[in-house]
Formats: sequence, C-alpha cells, structure tokens
Amino acid sequence: MSERAALHPGEAAAGSKSSRRASARVRRFLSGAAAVVTTLFAISVVSFLLVALLPGDLPTLILADAATPERVAALRETLGLDRPLIERYFHWLGNVLSGDFGSAVHSGEATLDVILSRLPVTIELIVLTQIVALGLAIPFGVLSAYRRGTTFDSLTLAICLMLLSTPTFVVGLCLIYAIALYMQWLPATGFVSLFESPVENLRSMTLPVLSLALIEVPVYLRLLRTEMIQTLQQNYIALARGMGLPTYRILFENALRPSSLNLVTVVGINMGRLMGGAIIIEQMFALPGIGQLLVQSIYQQEYLMTQGIVLFVGVMFILINLLTDVVYTLVDPRLLQDGGH
Amino acid sequence: MRRLGTGFFIAAGWLILVVFLTAMAGWLPIDDPTRQSLLRMLSAPSASNWLGTDSLGRDILSRTIYGFRVTFAVSLGSVFLALLFGGALGMIAGYFRGWTEKIILAVCNVVLAFPPLVLIIAMVAYPGQALVKVITALSIVFTPSVIRIARANTLSFSEREFVTAARAVGMGDTRLLLRELLPNLLPTLLSYGLLLIAIGALAEAGLSYLGLSVPPPAPTLGAMMAAEQAYVLEAPHAVFFPALALFLTIFSLNVVGEAIQRRINDRERAA
Repeated sequence: MSERAALHPGEAAAGSKSSRRASARVRRFLSGAAAVVTTLFAISVVSFLLVALLPGDLPTLILADAATPERVAALRETLGLDRPLIERYFHWLGNVLSGDFGSAVHSGEATLDVILSRLPVTIELIVLTQIVALGLAIPFGVLSAYRRGTTFDSLTLAICLMLLSTPTFVVGLCLIYAIALYMQWLPATGFVSLFESPVENLRSMTLPVLSLALIEVPVYLRLLRTEMIQTLQQNYIALARGMGLPTYRILFENALRPSSLNLVTVVGINMGRLMGGAIIIEQMFALPGIGQLLVQSIYQQEYLMTQGIVLFVGVMFILINLLTDVVYTLVDPRLLQDGGH
Repeated sequence: MRRLGTGFFIAAGWLILVVFLTAMAGWLPIDDPTRQSLLRMLSAPSASNWLGTDSLGRDILSRTIYGFRVTFAVSLGSVFLALLFGGALGMIAGYFRGWTEKIILAVCNVVLAFPPLVLIIAMVAYPGQALVKVITALSIVFTPSVIRIARANTLSFSEREFVTAARAVGMGDTRLLLRELLPNLLPTLLSYGLLLIAIGALAEAGLSYLGLSVPPPAPTLGAMMAAEQAYVLEAPHAVFFPALALFLTIFSLNVVGEAIQRRINDRERAA
C-alpha cells in the first residue's frame, strides 16, 4: 500500500472523494453523450436539407432522364412533398433509422446496400494509410526532435513542408509515373479484392496507400516533433540519461508515450482529411470504395446516393471521434482518475 | 527577432511573378489557351511553346497561366469570405459570450463533424454556376476554424487593460470591437489566411482533378493533369509542368505564411 501511495501520490488522499469522483464521471459521460446526440441530429438535418433544398421539382430532378409519370408520382408519394418540411424531415428520419436510405435511380439497388458493399475498400485504404503514415512519421519525428537543429532535422522539416504543399493526386501521378509505368514494379490501376487474392490486393493497394500516406506524414511528424522536444527537456529524461539508459530506449520507451497524447487525437481527427484524400485516390486508382461512389453519384446526379453517403460518412466520423476519446483515456490514465484536466 | 531569410524572398518573388502573369494573362504574348492544333499534339517544349503542348495541341504555358486564374479566384475568394464572416462571428462569440457564443460554436461543430472534402463535393453537386459554388463551399468549410481563432484571440484581448480602459471611458460595443479589438486580431487572422489560401489552392486542384470545379473549355490545373495523365509516358511535360507550377506556388504560400506566423509569435512572446 505504501509503495502504491508513493507511486501514485494523491490517490490515497482522493480515496474518500471517490463517490464525488464517480458522479463527476457520470456527469462527464452524460454531457458527452448529449453532445454526440446533438451532433448526430445536426448531421441528419444537414443531410436532409441537402436534397430538400434542391431548387426545382424534386422528383423530376432526382429521377432525371429516368423520369416517367408513374415513377415521378411514386417518388412524390415517398418524399411526401405536399406536407410541411418538418414533417417530411421526421418521415425521412424514420426511414433512415429503419435502414431505408432510398434507392439508386438507374440500378434500383438500395442505397445503403451499395454503400456497405463499398465500405471495406475504403476502410482498408484508410487503415493501411494510417499505419504507413505513422510508421514513417514516428521514427523520423523522434529522431528529428532528438537531433534538433541539425541538417537531418532541417531536411526532414523541408521535405514535410514540400509534401504539405503537394496535392494528393500529384503525389499519385508521380508514383504512377515512376513506379508503375517507368520501372513497372507495381500495377497502376486494377483493384483486386482482399478476399480474392490477399497478395494481389496488397500489390494493387501499395501505390494508393503510399500516395495518401505521404501527404499525412508531415501532419503527424511535425506534431510529434514539437511535443517530443518539450518532453526531452523534462527532468526525468535527464535522470534516465544519468542512469545510463541507452538513447534508443529513452527515446522510444520513456519519451514517446507522453509525447504522443496529442498525436492520438490528431490521428482521430485526421480521419476526416483522410476520407477527402481517399475520394481523390480512389477515383485516380479506380478503387471501388465510398469515395469513388460519391464522385460517381455526383457525375450521374444520383442525389439520394450523395445524400446517403454524406449522412453515412458523417455518422461514421462521429463514432470514430468517440473511439479516439476512449483511446485517449487509455493512453493518459490521469483523465479517468481526475475526470478531466 | 528572427530574420526572414533568403527562402522567404525567393518564395515571395515566385508568388509575385505568378500573380503578375495571372493578372496580365490577357495582354501577354501567349497563345489562346483553348486554341487546338492537330499539327502539334503532345509536342515537346520548344521556342514557340516553352512548356510544350497537350494532347489537343494546346499551349501548356498559356493553359497553366489561365488555370491559375481559377486557382486564385477560388482560393482568394473563399478565404476572403471566410475571414470576413468567420472573423465577425468569432469576435461576436468571444466578446458577448453567453448564448450567442454557444450557438455559434455549436454550428461550427456541425460543419467540423463532416470530412471537409465530402461536404464540399456534396455542395458542389447543386445545380448552379460552378465558380460561385466552389467558392461558397470552400468558404463554408474554412469559416469554423477562423471563428475559433478569432474567438480565442478576442477572449484573451478582452481581458487586457486597453479594453477595460476603453470601456471605462464609455466606448460602445461596436466601436470597441472595430477600433480596439479588430486591429489587434488582424495580423493573426491575415497570416492564418495565407495558410488557408494554400489549402484553398490544394482543394481547388483536387476538385478540378475530379472535374467538379469550373467546367471546360476554361483551363484548370487539376483538369489539365486529369486529361493528360493517360499520355504521361509519351509526354510527361504535359502533366508535370502544370504540377510543378502548382507545387511551387503552394509551397511558396506555405513558406511565406509560416515565416510571417513565426514573426507574429516572436513578437507576442517579446511583448
């Protein structure tokens, strides 16, 4: 017990306040849940208005060249256009909550089914990208902070600024030109499903993932470098060095974890930026993911599909941010104990 | 205070050159950017076409210069609108606090909940004039971050002596916001604006690559590269010259923006 108290000063003293702490945690959870529900509501309103505010006669506009008098009449019925906007919103929300996002005008497939069938590709792209981006950003960021002010550091920062200044598709074009067309090491396009052939799938995903990851590296690297420089000035790092621990252990074991708190948040928030990049990269490399679906739905003026994707992606990102908060409390246990800073 | 360095001046020089060429495009002795010629398809850079020609025989130098018109119109226009509305709303939120602040921040959070490009693309899907749509959509996505910066700075300045003093002598809210707070916020907002212009240029390039920006025949940098990427092996110049020009411009914007931001930070630390 005494050892525990020594290791966690304040915990023993706070023990008597445990009930107050618990209620603070409940309150924190409730206010967090309220914020999530409000945002989900707002996202649904925005998605609804995206179609409802289209100028002109909605059924004719949505059906476009597939408009027959019968179909227009049927769609008019489903949208409930004669009713007031608020009523229409709740009618629409009821449909959405029961999984009915409407159906594609030309193929007649249910919007939600199409979105779900495209989801795995986008998830694979984003997850692999995050892994590659962090795999590059962490070692370079740590070394850059450790060797602050050296040529290595300046060079890393200069390359970062260059990558931040390059459009995603230009990175993709350079990689296609150099690796796929000139060296002919990897295919430029032609997606192979993970379930068909994992090896071919990874080969077809390499260039898209690399293009997307290279754009994200500077975001993570610069953040980690700043935090790391601050951590390395702390007393306990000097202590560890004085105790003779090898440098790589100090850097990657003692300094990395306290320096990566903000990185966890940014990796979560950055999912949104990544989704944007995924749209362009999927279109460029002909990957059948949600991003390509969104662009196609706009080319073909499938307004209900666009609406479904915006809603789906919006909700997905709320959930991802929620998950980031959970991970954050795992990395920084202080948050759980004190109920916030 | 740190010096600005040669890199800053080279970057600023490039920006001035590009802005000058773009503004003067109509008077320069360059080809019509839409003039096609089957006799010079995908020709390499030469004395008559400095950057070569594309797959329809159009002059790439001229198309690049005209393409920057759209890039600048979109990025400058959207950043101007974002600074105007974001600055005003952020100052109102930070100065008046209370319910006004809560509502403004709640709306910000809704916009920030969506992945930016998804929201932009959804808005661009609306029928209407492309340039107006793209500028509006980008400014809507940029505004929340401007609001947050303006609000945070207003909050910190509101507690300073000169604001208390101004209020003590009976200065009204509007005058206080415009005469006392705004001049103090401007350097921060404008230097952030420079970085936003770089992001806006990147976003326009992405949209035009997807074919969702200004439609042809008007040249846009992204659409140029999308159209020529199929011939990239035979004629790399048709893809990589516009790419290089775009990269150098955005890089310069970032170099200039970061240098100015560092200066402002140094000054604040010194004060």
